[in-house]
Amino acid sequence: MRNRAQCVIIGGGVVGTAIAYYLAKGGMTDCVLVEAGYLSSGATGRCGGGIRQQWSTEANTRLAIESVREFSTLEDELGADIEFLQGGYLVLAYTDEDVAQFEKNVGLQQALGLDVSILTPDEITERVVPQLNTDGVRMATYCPSDASANPFLTTMAYADAAHRLGVEIELFTPVTRVLTEHGKVTGVETSRGTISAPLVVNVAGSHSVPIAATAGVDLPITPYRRQILVTEPLERFFHPMIISFSLGVYFRQVRHGSVIGGFGDPDEPAGFNQTSSLEFLTTMSSKLAFLMPRLRSVKIVRQWGGLYDLTPDAQPILGETDGVEGFFQASGFSGHGFMIAPKVAILVAQVVAGQKPDLDISRLNVRRFTEGPVTTDRSVV
Amino acid sequence: MNRDVIICRCEDVTYGEIVDVIDEGLTTTEEIKRVLRCGMGPCQGRTCSRLIARIIAEKTGAKVADVPYPTVRPPSRPVEIGTLAEPGAVNVRTLTGTSDEE
Repeated sequence: MRNRAQCVIIGGGVVGTAIAYYLAKGGMTDCVLVEAGYLSSGATGRCGGGIRQQWSTEANTRLAIESVREFSTLEDELGADIEFLQGGYLVLAYTDEDVAQFEKNVGLQQALGLDVSILTPDEITERVVPQLNTDGVRMATYCPSDASANPFLTTMAYADAAHRLGVEIELFTPVTRVLTEHGKVTGVETSRGTISAPLVVNVAGSHSVPIAATAGVDLPITPYRRQILVTEPLERFFHPMIISFSLGVYFRQVRHGSVIGGFGDPDEPAGFNQTSSLEFLTTMSSKLAFLMPRLRSVKIVRQWGGLYDLTPDAQPILGETDGVEGFFQASGFSGHGFMIAPKVAILVAQVVAGQKPDLDISRLNVRRFTEGPVTTDRSVV
Repeated sequence: MNRDVIICRCEDVTYGEIVDVIDEGLTTTEEIKRVLRCGMGPCQGRTCSRLIARIIAEKTGAKVADVPYPTVRPPSRPVEIGTLAEPGAVNVRTLTGTSDEE
């Protein structure tokens, strides 16, 4: 392992590997990426792989549209199959609040050029998913260019491309301390030695908090367990990710044929617990059996848990840290890091390299939490 | 061993494919599972995990006992969704709000 670099990236998830790639692509090839386990062993490799552009604020919708644009050319750019599919997202409304919020969202999203529309329950089954049980559904929003991809393959593709450009990747190498001197970052101490660097990017999901704390930086991120299950493979019979905020569910069919889905328990206690629960298995089965009765005879083969790194406004923390020059944060993705990873990584890489980012990300600096109240996007699942 | 020998029977992963990804730098059963899908099928790695651990040991010089198996996840056998679903558990008419959490 090298003991000196221009930039150290902490974390081998999709955002960390993508930042490493875009830094190297922009000319900063003297980078080392350190990962505590293996690539995508954290939140990335445990996520559902959905890529949604339907958000309730202009800034988030723009960021998501830009990310889909990047995703759509990523397989050619990185020279790898990441199972990218523009199968759409179907968002189901069950309550008055859903309907009011979605009508507002669609107006905003259409104004930004998104191919989203409102569907009646009949239109859902006639045009998009004939097998869906629309009992209780008031309406849905449908965006055919929303997408999905395989999180493992995407992370590996970014890592391989970064490596080809000269980035060194060190696996099973946890960071034990971020080193600082006179208000500037000077490197990181790892389980395998120290790496001196004037630039350090902390992209370790929920684990970013204890890492930042070693440099005296407080990140308001709380880990919460989220669970997912996957069925045996079936011949492809539906394309979109189907979600509902009020019912609490999301599921899609992956290229391999399995149906994969989950939901967040609102009573889940904070913490690093990633174990699987029987309660999740039965509740998720009840939701799938209700929404798609033909799945009743389909077998579940596996379930797992992962962590949302939730911030108070469910928005990521991006950018340089006040008081520690050269120390950058990219974490707190609150369950939607994978879907915005390409554009976020481009922007963070631009900021790290001292360039002006193509979209302003100053609103996402950690300092927002000390400057007054923050507003939450209502479209977080 | 013949490269065409199937190591993971559920997902049709061959010895040759496994050796190739080890040569590319994947040295744990967890990484190989995520890239090749071996151990993700109906038997959940009951047949192949041991074999893959042995191939890793042979290729990397580690002891077989020192190569960890992938995490074992529930359910221990595939179970039909209809068996686990609780009748009446979902009532879409009592929902309120539009949640921040999915």
